[in-house]
Amino acid sequence: MTVETPARFSPLSAWQDRLARLPAGVRVRELPFLSQLTLRAEPGGAAAKAVEGCLDVTLPGPSRAEMSGDVKVLWTGPDEWLLVAPDGRREELVPRLRAAVGDGFATVTDVSAQRTTLALSGPLVRAVLAQGCAIDLDRRVTPVGSCLTTLLAQAPITLVVRGEAASSVWLLVRSSFASYVAAWLLDACTEYRGG
Amino acid sequence: MNNPFRVRGHGHVDPDTTLSFTFDGRTYTGHPGDTLASALLANGVHHVADSIKYGRPRGVLAAGAEEPNALVQIEAPFPEPMLTATTVELYEGLVARGLSGQGRLSDRPDPARYDTLHAHCDLLVVGAGPAGLAATLTAARSGARVILVDELPQPGGSLLGSQELLDGAPATTWAGDVIAELGTCADVQVLRRTTAFGHYDDGLVLALEKRTDHLGAAAPAHVSRQRIWRIRARQVVHATGAHERPVAFDDNDRPGIMLAGSARTYLNRFGVLPGRRGVVFTTNDSAYPAALELAEAGVRIAAVVDAREEVPEHWRTACEERGIDLRAGHVVTGTSGTGRVSRAHVAAFAQGRLGDRRGVDCDLLLVSGGWNPAVALFSQARGALRYDAEAGAFVPAQPLDTVRTAGSAGGTFTLSGCLADGADAARRALAAIGGTGRAVSLPATVPLPATVPLSDGAPAQVLWRVPSPRDGQDGTHQFVDLQRDALVSDVLRATGAGLRSVEHVKRYTTIGTAHDQGRTSGVMTSGIVAEALGVDIADLGTTRFRPPVVPVAFAALAGRNRGELFDPVRVTALHPWHVEHGALFENVGQWKRPWYYPGAGETMEEAVLRESRAARTGVALMDGSTLGKIDVQGPDAGVLLDRLYTNVMSTLEVGRIRYGVMCGVDGMVVDDGTVIRVAEQEFLLTTTTGNAAKVLEWMEEWLQTEWPGLRVHLTSVTEHWATIPLVGPRSRDVLALVAPGLDVGNDAFPFMSWRDATVAGVAARVCRISFSGELAYEINVPAWYGIGVWEALLAAGDAFGITPYGTETMHVLRAEKAYPVIGQDTDGTVTPQDLGMSWVVSGKKPDFVGKRSFTRAENRRDDRKRLVGLLPADERVLLPEGAQIIATSGIPEPPVPMLGHVTSSYRSAALGRTFALALVRSGTERIGDTLYVPLDGRTVPVTVTDPVLFDQEGTRRDG
Repeated sequence: MTVETPARFSPLSAWQDRLARLPAGVRVRELPFLSQLTLRAEPGGAAAKAVEGCLDVTLPGPSRAEMSGDVKVLWTGPDEWLLVAPDGRREELVPRLRAAVGDGFATVTDVSAQRTTLALSGPLVRAVLAQGCAIDLDRRVTPVGSCLTTLLAQAPITLVVRGEAASSVWLLVRSSFASYVAAWLLDACTEYRGG
Repeated sequence: MNNPFRVRGHGHVDPDTTLSFTFDGRTYTGHPGDTLASALLANGVHHVADSIKYGRPRGVLAAGAEEPNALVQIEAPFPEPMLTATTVELYEGLVARGLSGQGRLSDRPDPARYDTLHAHCDLLVVGAGPAGLAATLTAARSGARVILVDELPQPGGSLLGSQELLDGAPATTWAGDVIAELGTCADVQVLRRTTAFGHYDDGLVLALEKRTDHLGAAAPAHVSRQRIWRIRARQVVHATGAHERPVAFDDNDRPGIMLAGSARTYLNRFGVLPGRRGVVFTTNDSAYPAALELAEAGVRIAAVVDAREEVPEHWRTACEERGIDLRAGHVVTGTSGTGRVSRAHVAAFAQGRLGDRRGVDCDLLLVSGGWNPAVALFSQARGALRYDAEAGAFVPAQPLDTVRTAGSAGGTFTLSGCLADGADAARRALAAIGGTGRAVSLPATVPLPATVPLSDGAPAQVLWRVPSPRDGQDGTHQFVDLQRDALVSDVLRATGAGLRSVEHVKRYTTIGTAHDQGRTSGVMTSGIVAEALGVDIADLGTTRFRPPVVPVAFAALAGRNRGELFDPVRVTALHPWHVEHGALFENVGQWKRPWYYPGAGETMEEAVLRESRAARTGVALMDGSTLGKIDVQGPDAGVLLDRLYTNVMSTLEVGRIRYGVMCGVDGMVVDDGTVIRVAEQEFLLTTTTGNAAKVLEWMEEWLQTEWPGLRVHLTSVTEHWATIPLVGPRSRDVLALVAPGLDVGNDAFPFMSWRDATVAGVAARVCRISFSGELAYEINVPAWYGIGVWEALLAAGDAFGITPYGTETMHVLRAEKAYPVIGQDTDGTVTPQDLGMSWVVSGKKPDFVGKRSFTRAENRRDDRKRLVGLLPADERVLLPEGAQIIATSGIPEPPVPMLGHVTSSYRSAALGRTFALALVRSGTERIGDTLYVPLDGRTVPVTVTDPVLFDQEGTRRDG
């Protein structure tokens, strides 16, 4: 029997049409299949420095994300970061980072399919999120580069502020909650659809 | 304008637009800006409903949320019960009827949307009266982020109900100007028709905005009807105003009896005269402007009855000039009337004694017993209150760090004082968060007698109740809580029964438990209790204020969390396939798991027997992706697992798998699962579906609080993997087809080992574990590939009759093998030994969580409940799970000695009969015995067996 690599399906592959029909002012796109790794290391320690050297980034501090590079780094806890890289990088990054850490104590775990990433943009994003997210998205409180693990309605999310006053954000949502979040976002936009 | 009681030149309604509405079956008209109450009064309708207990006619007492009487049921456009007519904005086509107590919920689903919005600010101001507007303006001009919420559709608060002038113009003009300026500030948000109803810790204030209620049938469907605002404020100013309170006297509940300030509001805000001939009964100065303004507008004021001997000269003069009979040192002792009030009984009152009574004819009796600052929110925020003897009211004792009151909410009752207090409160609030409040020039007030309320005049007299002139009757006609029909005599009965706390009196009498939260009755009750007990009301205090301040519909609280968004539905990567192939689903926590896949015309029983048979005789597969998965990495990973599992994990070789049990400190089973050793310093463990988060938290808690020195990290990878158990004697054949590079032979790939392999073209981890006793593999691939691999397995297994199965079949298969399900066969009182799994508890390890408890005498008792099998004598009888087990065939007299209960019960295809698992006292010793299960009034005999009922020798696991 011949075996071919089967197709991949992202958690929101069935939602693309509905997400494409949102009202003007909010755009929602799934960024599927991103490589995602959980990094656990003592901040400022030798292992953390080894990772920084390997990736050529500075691990961001609390509630911040470093979004400039190819491998983006999201702070998710006092000794925890989520590394987000383009599709197809996970097989390469895991061994490379583990090698860089060497005998030091830091751990790298492939969690690529654990979450999917939603890119939201538009002037209505802040108002839509305010329907279910308790974080103050004022530009003075959560400037660009802020990264917060919180709730959107009843779903755990990690939120990265990419544009001023949340005009553009990333939401990272666990795969099992993705369809709930998509349904919630569609419903939250009802108010802006007009009569 | 064809409303008989509407007066020209007064009010803020739009007289050019007429709205038609129906009340109690009759059609009336009103205007935009009216409330249902003001429109009814404009039509001369005072009787709203009869009271709930005594069936007495009741009218409109107040003009706002403090209304205790005028409850209505809205019938159209959509039924809604128990709204106060004083807070329902009038709209075209409104259909309502008066309510005697309870209303009726609609039997149709509410088509309106309700939603929630989070908001944040430096300063939240509650109330857009003079104090609130001054506070907001001060903060806004200082550049702060401000939110102003106000319950009314127009700004101004108390200014709307008065004829006050500011800078020589009507005060409402100033209010409008302030709102216009606030509208130009980017960081200021003004929410109208919004009531703050709860003040919680850390500056969280909940407010209800009524967004489209006032539009009636014209409300657009896509806009939420009501919105709950969740406002987080660094500082809060409560400019919530004050509520007037009545005085208790005989028959003080008739329609036409109204609070004096409310009557003033009906005139000035709505242009409505609440009667033609009025008597005013007051204990303080604030009723005089009401009397004079109403007289000016055409109401004949037959008498002003002032309980005080001393009345300020300017009020005397003003009454004289208008020919109003002023009776100082007098009280109203009672009323007459059939339905509406037609006469007030007036008597001199001095040293607690009543003089002779005289009747004064009237159709309107205005009452003022003083003003209670609206401190409910402040009290909710844990602000302390103190009794102000002069005002006869409870006022804030001192501000909190983040919460302060302003204006009459804090006991300041002059307009100039309220304006200054509001500005000051804002400056203090901004200073508390490191800002600076800019000085704002406040408008000039006019110190004319006719506009001087309370504090500028003579002191008020505190009078809770007027003695009853009825012989030997102590308050049996004096109403305290009009909605609850509770009387002064009820309060006295409570104190007579020995109750001394106002909290107890509240529960005994139900005073203050209705929709209005006792705004007009609470402080009066404290006063009456204090008098009855001879204690100081300052020591007695008030009942506790709790949210919500105003009634809030459950629909609003639920918001958008209804229907498919009620609770998150978690689904696996394979979910679309299950849906497409007709699976029925079982809720496991928030997960939807396929329960079984019925064929055409198949019952559940038939489907499960078919699925089980396939797994035992051919090949079957299921979606196991919901199993919790935790990656454990680090040099001390083995140490951590040895301490948390009852058995040894650190000796596991890379490539091998071990079953493990975790216990609590009490030695009771918490969870079970498998542990695979991925690498020297990496393990991957599985948890039961429902316990995934709990086990991770449990492990993190031990790691972070007890053993922070261990170099281990835990990472949830539950949703990274799609997990597919492939089960049955032909599973090896199927796997071989899709994983041609994998040696699937029993020696090369033995039981309880794992291999990385390419399955259906995807890098997979394949584990040889079995939850059925059959030869089985568990195939794990990144979730994106789940459907593709699942379909490849189906295609490869087609020739073998491969069958997808659900959780029900999974349960039958595992129960036949006595594999327990944590939380079903255990309940937190079950040890591994009770489950017959002593082998999983290490005797060698120096310590692990739960070990110490295994030496407790209780844990070593021979007669503990143990897991056993049960075979009903009638092999068709399916015992209900949870059924009790007894020793005798007849049910003895209670208390019936219970030996245990059925934990799992199924029909088995493999056994050709029903069977059950049960926890039975001394169960192991009872194997072979007959016990009984009471069922439908009889008992079912059952034979106790070893829990493993199928393939006891374990010959099937290698195929």
